[in-house]
Amino acid sequence: MNYQTEDLAAGIRKLASEVGDVTIMEVCGTHTQNIRRFGIPSLLPGNIRLVSGPGCPVCVTSQEDIAAAVFAAGRENVIFVCFGDMMRVPCRAGSLEKLRQAGRDVRLATSPLDALKIAKENPRKEIVYFGIGFETTAPHTAALVEAAERTGTGNLSILNVHKTMPEAIRYLLRGENQISALLCPGHVASVTGSDAFSFVASELQRPAAVSGFEAFEILAAILKLLDMIRKKDPQCVNMYPQAVTREGNRQAQELMDKIFKPCDAVWRGIGCIPGSGLAFRECYAGYDAKKRFDIPHQETEEPEKCLCAKILKGEKNPEDCVFFGKECTPDNPVGPCMVSSEGSCAACYRYRP
Amino acid sequence: MCLAIPGTITKIEGTDADIDYGGVSKCASIRFAEDAKVGDIVLVHAGFVIQKLDRKDGEELQKLVDETMRSIR
Repeated sequence: MNYQTEDLAAGIRKLASEVGDVTIMEVCGTHTQNIRRFGIPSLLPGNIRLVSGPGCPVCVTSQEDIAAAVFAAGRENVIFVCFGDMMRVPCRAGSLEKLRQAGRDVRLATSPLDALKIAKENPRKEIVYFGIGFETTAPHTAALVEAAERTGTGNLSILNVHKTMPEAIRYLLRGENQISALLCPGHVASVTGSDAFSFVASELQRPAAVSGFEAFEILAAILKLLDMIRKKDPQCVNMYPQAVTREGNRQAQELMDKIFKPCDAVWRGIGCIPGSGLAFRECYAGYDAKKRFDIPHQETEEPEKCLCAKILKGEKNPEDCVFFGKECTPDNPVGPCMVSSEGSCAACYRYRP
Repeated sequence: MCLAIPGTITKIEGTDADIDYGGVSKCASIRFAEDAKVGDIVLVHAGFVIQKLDRKDGEELQKLVDETMRSIR
């Protein structure tokens, strides 16, 4: 039988009648966006709640790191290169977009290797690449460092704020929470392998399902999670077999491990999570923009009453925030979850009923 | 930022590959897919091929769904 989306929705309704209240957390910005875009919550019974965890890289980048980017981009003789999502994130010192409007050289990249090309074309300038994201982008930054090393490109450095997903999930699910099951990020898993999430079942006793991004794939993963909850049989299941293997992309993992080592990292709204960041290994420390430019650590405060911190932990919904849709909109964001299109507030605003 | 797009490899030169996305062609690195060949369907993220896609196109997922659906009837 070839199952369709409506078959899955019926199966989910049947399973939902056999379980109590269930909260499923996803931790991928593209899941956040597509769940809203496809109207998945409207297909689920009332006792099945979907929440977005810290899966949007823009949203979890700390204010201190944004301030560091603004500091580096504001330096004379620097060309700052970043993904478009980072441009509008505000901090007390401004934003990259405002710096660009003021005449600083801030450029958008679609691949980290764009920074290498810019460095070659501008040998008298210092190029700073903003390395942000999880296991889907960290290997790319490692490849940029490898290429810079190979070509002897000395005028390139990285403002590295990369993070890794498993330690953040462990940290969030270990503490007090209402999360019953985890929808694992498909593209992170295509690099890490689905085995990287097996601890969710074995150690934390929660069902986990690696999911693709189409409506059918997301519903199939939710169906499987509910089945495991019903059977009280938590496992980590790969429901994105087309793109994910158990071991993942070994070449990407090996290069990431060659260039970086685990370190503690500050996640916006959550705080410091031990072992959840990636620092340069000693032999590549020369590429660290924080050291090259002696970037100062700047303490910053979150906007008062903004609920992004609780939203990132799945404790509150965007609609619970007093700013949502009023003072805080995608055109005029107050908190980070409204800045990126992958943030839960932005997705919720854009696809609101 | 974690959005990856499927495409087909049409040409390979060193670690650079031309990828066809249904009529639009763009270059991507195969640094993480060094055994990739012309004709492979791949997942591309931020200028890098991150995984080769299984050609069976959803067949395996249908099987996984079938296992669960049979158990709840």
